[in-house]
Amino acid sequence: MKVQNFRTHSGDPSSGLSHSACPACDAAPLAGALAASRAGTAAAGSAGQGARLTLSLPRIHCSSCISGVERVLSSYPGVTSARVNLSLKRANVNAAPGVRGDELVRALIAAGFEAQELDAAQLGQTEGERTGRDLAMRVAVSGFAMMNVMLLSVAVWSGAADATRDLFHWLSAAIALPAVAFSAQPFFRNAWTGLKARRLNMDVPITLAIVLALGTSLWETALSGAHAWFDAALSLTFFLLVGRWLDHRTRAAAHSAAAELSALEVARAIRLDPEGDEVEVPVSELRPGMLIRVHPGSRMPVDGEIVDGRSELDRSLLTGESDQVFAGPGGMVSAGEVNLTGVLTVRATAVGEDSSLRRLAGLVAVAESGRSRYNSLADRAARAYAPGVHALAGLALAGWWIATGDPRLALNIAAAVLIITCPCALGLAVPAVTTAASGRLFRKGLLVKHQTALERLAEIDTVVFDKTGTLTRGTPRPVELMNHDRRNLEVALALAEGTAHPLARALVRGIRDGGLTAARVSELREVPGYGTTGIWEGVEVRLGRGSWVGAPDARTTATWLRIGDERPVAFVFEDAEREGAAEVVAAFRARGIAVELLSGDAVEPVRTLADRLGIADWRANVLPAAKAARIEALQQEGRRVLMVGDGLNDTAALAMAHVSISPASALDAARAASDIVLLGSNLEPVAEAVTLAGTATRRIRENFAIAAAYNVVAIPVAMLGFATPLLAALAMSLSSISVSLNALRLGRDRARGAI
Amino acid sequence: MEVLAWLIPVSLGLGGLGLLAFVWTVRSDQYDDPDGDAHRILSDEWDDAPRP
Repeated sequence: MKVQNFRTHSGDPSSGLSHSACPACDAAPLAGALAASRAGTAAAGSAGQGARLTLSLPRIHCSSCISGVERVLSSYPGVTSARVNLSLKRANVNAAPGVRGDELVRALIAAGFEAQELDAAQLGQTEGERTGRDLAMRVAVSGFAMMNVMLLSVAVWSGAADATRDLFHWLSAAIALPAVAFSAQPFFRNAWTGLKARRLNMDVPITLAIVLALGTSLWETALSGAHAWFDAALSLTFFLLVGRWLDHRTRAAAHSAAAELSALEVARAIRLDPEGDEVEVPVSELRPGMLIRVHPGSRMPVDGEIVDGRSELDRSLLTGESDQVFAGPGGMVSAGEVNLTGVLTVRATAVGEDSSLRRLAGLVAVAESGRSRYNSLADRAARAYAPGVHALAGLALAGWWIATGDPRLALNIAAAVLIITCPCALGLAVPAVTTAASGRLFRKGLLVKHQTALERLAEIDTVVFDKTGTLTRGTPRPVELMNHDRRNLEVALALAEGTAHPLARALVRGIRDGGLTAARVSELREVPGYGTTGIWEGVEVRLGRGSWVGAPDARTTATWLRIGDERPVAFVFEDAEREGAAEVVAAFRARGIAVELLSGDAVEPVRTLADRLGIADWRANVLPAAKAARIEALQQEGRRVLMVGDGLNDTAALAMAHVSISPASALDAARAASDIVLLGSNLEPVAEAVTLAGTATRRIRENFAIAAAYNVVAIPVAMLGFATPLLAALAMSLSSISVSLNALRLGRDRARGAI
Repeated sequence: MEVLAWLIPVSLGLGGLGLLAFVWTVRSDQYDDPDGDAHRILSDEWDDAPRP
């Protein structure tokens, strides 16, 4: 089943899989079992697939878990080293080529640790790691240099004069120049790219201020002048780098978690070779014409035609239909559909990029190009700010030069204006807030993937929901079960226990909850694609599809029971709504945000759900392209749309919308197209996220206001030539600290219980 | 003021030592798993002898 995987992975405490406080403590008695399983699996070792394996360990949390997992892994034959990373809840294993990830997972599960294999290629984390490490190094170097120069500057401010002052200035220069040359490289690079594209970004005034400060200071020092700005240039670099680093860390954490969701679906398929033997191969090696075997519960890896076997298919992720579809020889299947009951053999017609799963990629690309035009608050601030600062500095230079005829004094004052107005606090204003807000949302189970997602989320006035798998759980629930005959229920229970079909499983749960026990049915047998049959009190009984038991075709999701030659009885199902669905809809309506429901499902189930949740505006039978078109139409009306959806049919709409959220159970493509991923199964955090995004955006604006207020005071002082390095250092530190504190209030609100 | 000739190199040297230590910690992956390191110190494995 498509959802379960993720539910256990997300560590939802309500999922009922409560482990004891420490699984490792239960592990010791299992060591014997492990040794036994090892003997079996070592023999089964097959083709190599690389020596580095990554496993996800969603529930480890204590020191004995770490040593337990490492003990299990490193005692596994062929494993050379294993190291657990508790922060990422992963284990990295170096092993001989023959060792396979699923064997290690089995060994860990046998020892009492929940584990899943991760596709290392999907993780691709090295790039982000290198950038993060690089930034940390630059922060450290500039911090070290700043502290040393600041110490020397304190001596100058407190009255060092003549030769001592010159010595201290030269020393500061010796420290500052190489430190800036190394640390400020990211700003120089960004400013250069911006200028090449004829655009003024935030890094242009930063670079200009740093370079000009160092230049005039060097000149002043050579002429043994009184003021040098080495400390200012360094603290500017340091504070701005801290902002960059925070920003990078927040996004790297979200990216790594999102990549892990994709990496959980290790893409493998079972191919039948010409002799009819099953061979496990990566999906990327499949070619059209190959025969592929698909077991119940797995997803179709390719588009193709069924050549053998009967089963039923769950298409809900592709089309939004909640009804299962019959599949038999000659039928067509699309990649992404889930095989439910029988084993199918499929001849591939289209694989990889050509399959229907990828065909929507073009649609998504078009939709995304519309969104990339969004201007973030920081961009808009930079656009208003950079030309203004340059104009003021230029004005100061020209004014003082003309008034005094002294270029040295004029350049000094111009540098002072640039340094004092430099967007030190502006550089921290956005990252400090997004870091605090993303951290808080992560604790609520929301993963913010996109840099500007929070700003966009704060602007929405319309929410569009998908039905199947988003507002509903995508799992059926029998209705009015207890109106049936007790006898029928008992026979149905016996038959339903013979299959793993989702409708049957829901029926079993429902009847068991009613306190009934199964009737005695013999010769129980599953007919894949149709249902189960058996003998009860001498007559044949059948549970399954309407056409198979001879019942009329009904428009609702139902499974039918026939006893002997009696009239068939229908068990009707509805899709259970997700926890928090009603609350989230009510919360949006209470806030005056329009709510709409777009579903690919039939009219009846959509109407039922919309009525129950109180959504007046709903559409059924909507095709994928029509979903995107509806979003586009709404946005042309000037509305800002939040799209919440999980299926392939939602992907284009997700990419088109102003901002989008998808649950972790969604298809890979849908998660990739959305800005925020919901990790838990409860929908309620979505409404809270919108509130929090509003607060965060308000904080960002406040931060810009604080930074601007400092400038309003500082600019006249600097323009009039009264600015000193001491004043610059004070203004810079004070504004940075007040901006950071304002951002941290986001975390404090939580303690007070108000948003 | 002759004392400055000693004090300044000494303070720069000490600061540089701190910087080198930091560079070393970053290079040897010591910030990759802060949670894990906090827990590992409590593990009683290899308490008596270092890991071979």
